[in-house]
Amino acid sequence: MSIKSIFYHAAEGDDALPSRLSRYASFFLAALLLSLLLYGSFAALQYQWNWQSVLRYKAKFIEGWFTTLKIACVSLIFAFLVGAISALCGRARFLPVRYLSTLYVELIRGTPLLVQIFLFYYVIADAANIQNRYFVGVAIMAIFSGAYISEILRAGIEGVGKSQLLSAKAIGFSEYQTFRYVIAPQALRSSLPALAGQTANLIKDSSLLSIIAISEFTLNAQEVNAITYSSFESFFPLAIGYLAVTLPIMRLSRVIEKKLQFDT
Amino acid sequence: MRLELKSVVKQYGQQRALDNLNIAILDTSCLALIGPSGGGKSTTLRLLAGLEAPTSGSIRINENEIGSDAAKRNAHLKNVGVVFQSYNLFPHLNALTNIALPLEKVHRHSKADSITKAESLLQQFQLFEHRFKMPSQLSGGQNQRVAIARAIAPDPDIVFLDEPTSALDPEMTAEVLDAIESLVEAKKRLVIATHQMGFAKQAADTVAIIAGGKLVEVGDASQVIDQPGTERAREFLNASLKF
Repeated sequence: MSIKSIFYHAAEGDDALPSRLSRYASFFLAALLLSLLLYGSFAALQYQWNWQSVLRYKAKFIEGWFTTLKIACVSLIFAFLVGAISALCGRARFLPVRYLSTLYVELIRGTPLLVQIFLFYYVIADAANIQNRYFVGVAIMAIFSGAYISEILRAGIEGVGKSQLLSAKAIGFSEYQTFRYVIAPQALRSSLPALAGQTANLIKDSSLLSIIAISEFTLNAQEVNAITYSSFESFFPLAIGYLAVTLPIMRLSRVIEKKLQFDT
Repeated sequence: MRLELKSVVKQYGQQRALDNLNIAILDTSCLALIGPSGGGKSTTLRLLAGLEAPTSGSIRINENEIGSDAAKRNAHLKNVGVVFQSYNLFPHLNALTNIALPLEKVHRHSKADSITKAESLLQQFQLFEHRFKMPSQLSGGQNQRVAIARAIAPDPDIVFLDEPTSALDPEMTAEVLDAIESLVEAKKRLVIATHQMGFAKQAADTVAIIAGGKLVEVGDASQVIDQPGTERAREFLNASLKF
């Protein structure tokens, strides 16, 4: 096997997976290139690394990481509820409800999360006299992510073919039964990969909650930087902490996608 | 059964699928609708099944007017079975569940009864071993036979078949026509839109030729096909039987 054949994929149209050696060697090479680039950039900084001082605050990282996971989990549940309700409202017979759903989705998707956090925290939560910032944080993330989930579910619902709706009618299914037994199961299945991806986004996006002083992973890392007078050290554990959750989720998303491809 | 369509018009946007269609059939147990593609036979079948409402006109089956009233159409739909050209099985359910689910949810059979009934139908159509397969794992002919089993499972008054073999190769067509023939032998009342002239002549007692949104000719099956009375019918039949 020549060097060239290790690193080159077979001709286009050949769907066969490259050999194990090929895959590992190519992955290693790509990772090596990226590491060199990063290493070169940091070397050019001529920065005095001080890992010891950051390492002492290990507990703070772990605590923040768990807080982020907790916020993400609770937000995800509510985001799914909000998204499902919004997707259903988008099909409502009563048109104002339908437009309410459209407005919600467009406004949230069209504005930066940062702006939403400020508005919600300093205006809406203040007016409603909500004191608990964690509660506010979860609410913001649920509303933000819910808009994206609403769109994902809407696409899933619309993806169910017209012929199946006709068939459901011919069988005598009521509107509710058609939704319950025909549309919903298929829409959920086809939405799964995108929903998993959105979960990864939710976890990353929750880092912005640090600006309203929620002690999640990112805020804690920033605090460690401040306490130890260091600039970069805590960003590494931060990145790795997020990757530890998002990589498996994105992987899962792909696996589901593949599986669905085979099924249909 | 007695079928009566009076001045039926069906308009889809700009296109007029049925243009003042009149058919009166006093008594038939198997009606075949034949005619050129786009001539209106599928539309006629859908209106008779209650899947769609006519733009205007009246449709009566036996003593029931099913045309314009949505509630009546839905009630009618529960008493009939429909088989489509492209099978339209639910792709997320296996063959058995495709048949059993409507029995359980629409016709209020118990779950166990629904499954027993579905299994016996699959047995009847030689599909029992495939009962746990998904529609994507079955051939076109097998899919269509499952669809027929699904349509007849609740013992409907009438079964409507909308070009049930048009998407199939000759071998699968034969297996599906065998299945339909077994329904005729079991004295099921059928309305079938089809391009299979030989089958129409053999299985149906009445044939209606529909072209250009109007009735061309209706009558006893072998009479209409062998000795059509109108020029348009002769034209269509000559073209259909030429090759």
